[in-house]
Amino acid sequence: MSIQESVARAQNTLKEQPWRLFASQISVLVRNEVRRNLFTRRRIWVYLLALIPVIIILIHYFVDKNTSPSQLEEDTLVLAGIVQLYYLRLGIFFACMGIFTWLFRGEMVERTLHYQFLVPVRKEVLVVGKFLAGAVISVALFETAVLACFCLTYSRLGSTGRSYIFDGPGLSQLGSYLLVTALACVGYGAMFLALSLLFKNPVIPGAMLMGWEAVAPIFPAWAQRLSVTFYLKHLCPVKLPVEGPMAIFTIVAEPVSPFIAISGLLCLTIAILVISCFLIHRLEVTYTAE
Amino acid sequence: MTPDGRQIVFDNVSKFYGEVLGVNKVNFSLDPGITSLVGPNGSGKTTLMNLLTGLIKPSHGTIYVLGLTPQEPIEFFRQVGYCTQFDSFPPGTNGYDFIYWPLRLHGFGHDQAAKLTNEALERAGMASVARRKVAGYSKGMRQRIRLAQAIAHHPSVLVLDEPLNGLDPMARAESIALFEAIAKQGMHVIISSHILEEVDRISDRVVLMSSGYVVAEGQIKEVRREVRDHPMQILVRCSNAAKLASAAFELDHVVEAKILSDGQSVLVRTRDAEQFYLLLNKIVSGGLVEVDAVAPADDDVNSIYQYLIGSDGAPT
Repeated sequence: MSIQESVARAQNTLKEQPWRLFASQISVLVRNEVRRNLFTRRRIWVYLLALIPVIIILIHYFVDKNTSPSQLEEDTLVLAGIVQLYYLRLGIFFACMGIFTWLFRGEMVERTLHYQFLVPVRKEVLVVGKFLAGAVISVALFETAVLACFCLTYSRLGSTGRSYIFDGPGLSQLGSYLLVTALACVGYGAMFLALSLLFKNPVIPGAMLMGWEAVAPIFPAWAQRLSVTFYLKHLCPVKLPVEGPMAIFTIVAEPVSPFIAISGLLCLTIAILVISCFLIHRLEVTYTAE
Repeated sequence: MTPDGRQIVFDNVSKFYGEVLGVNKVNFSLDPGITSLVGPNGSGKTTLMNLLTGLIKPSHGTIYVLGLTPQEPIEFFRQVGYCTQFDSFPPGTNGYDFIYWPLRLHGFGHDQAAKLTNEALERAGMASVARRKVAGYSKGMRQRIRLAQAIAHHPSVLVLDEPLNGLDPMARAESIALFEAIAKQGMHVIISSHILEEVDRISDRVVLMSSGYVVAEGQIKEVRREVRDHPMQILVRCSNAAKLASAAFELDHVVEAKILSDGQSVLVRTRDAEQFYLLLNKIVSGGLVEVDAVAPADDDVNSIYQYLIGSDGAPT
């Protein structure tokens, strides 16, 4: 069979099975983006954002020799604070800002976006593929970091820590932390992806988004549902005894079930992705304007 | 204009970047073969190519490529390959991956994509350096690897923005041979170039552009006819250039008769070539001068371009 015949045959097969084509294209896009963006010097600051708490806990592991059972409660609260106040509010937020805004805007800056627009890929498939790639990168980084924090925190406490993990609520808390971390990555990721399609410089809208996430708890319940942290707070396993202005980050104004929290955040993510699919159709490759 | 399954159609297409004109009121249709877009920098050639491939959207009008539009990307980009002028590549990529991964996005499996990649690399003469990082390529190699990517999926329409830039004479000749071979298979090849001599040789038709407007389009001879109000240049080699020049000056339709530096050639610019040839016959039969050779000096794109644009088309 000649090359031309085999090309025509392959194209006809895929024409009859568009969903198979979309799935294969998404898989290729994800692989490419992960390969290009996960292990790169440009992402060092993202690794740092993920690893700073791990390094601090590691230092604590070697320096603090107090492993008494009373330390368990304190360390559990410290870990909850790290996840809820650092990772969910700052680390994942800024990392997603860097990773997801770069997916399209970075290609404009590097003048390579036209390669993505000159292949037989629907723009919607491109959005989904790039979003999933960003999700894989951010989830892999932050799940690893949270897991490392958890292991270091409790392994320091010896048998008390092991007992807390395997006989107490430890494993369930770890599951919750990993779940909120993954949800934070996809929630913030979708928002930053949409912002990067709306604005050339996503820093200012990113700062506005951060402000919104911080003050959303004082708004009516329907408005709170438009923030990512609204859903995440309900899934955090340990309540933080925070007082003063910082308490705004931990307020749960209207309790909702974990099922509603998870499905609500996923619905919000999908809604933002649908908006992104509309936005990408407006995007033109005019590098001189960048 | 209605879309034709074999033609590329620009139907009243305009593109404005804010208040800046990209191209304005472009209307033409192209049949298969090699079409050259000719014009100085800023004349709108790249804008026209970007519009054709959907990288930018027209402010007005519609473009059909073989009856398709870029809004149907799956069908459209199976038929179209575009070698852009953007000299940028995904960071860290090598020549092989640069062609292989887009083929995977076409939906080809690993084996088929690898086969097509190797074939494209061979056709572009890049097989031996395919595993090297593109960042280490010379300008000519980067140009050829982009060409290889554009032809890898066997498109029916190949759009090439300044494809001969940066190529050495050998690579240039090979690329031109490749374009001609592709065009002979009944495909569209659209080339923009400043190198008018090469465009002239390989083109079936030309589209002349200036300041965002198409000023002439068609086969080179048709374009020449479009501008017949402009004087035609005829080069005559003869035994007595001065005598021929003075005889030519007596004719109303002769605008200029210039004796060239060799002293034996006269370049005549006339509005009526047939009348001039009659005069020449009389002079020859009268034995005033002996004529060695007569040839139209401007039946090429460059001279037509000079007439139309008032420039020699050299890169600016």
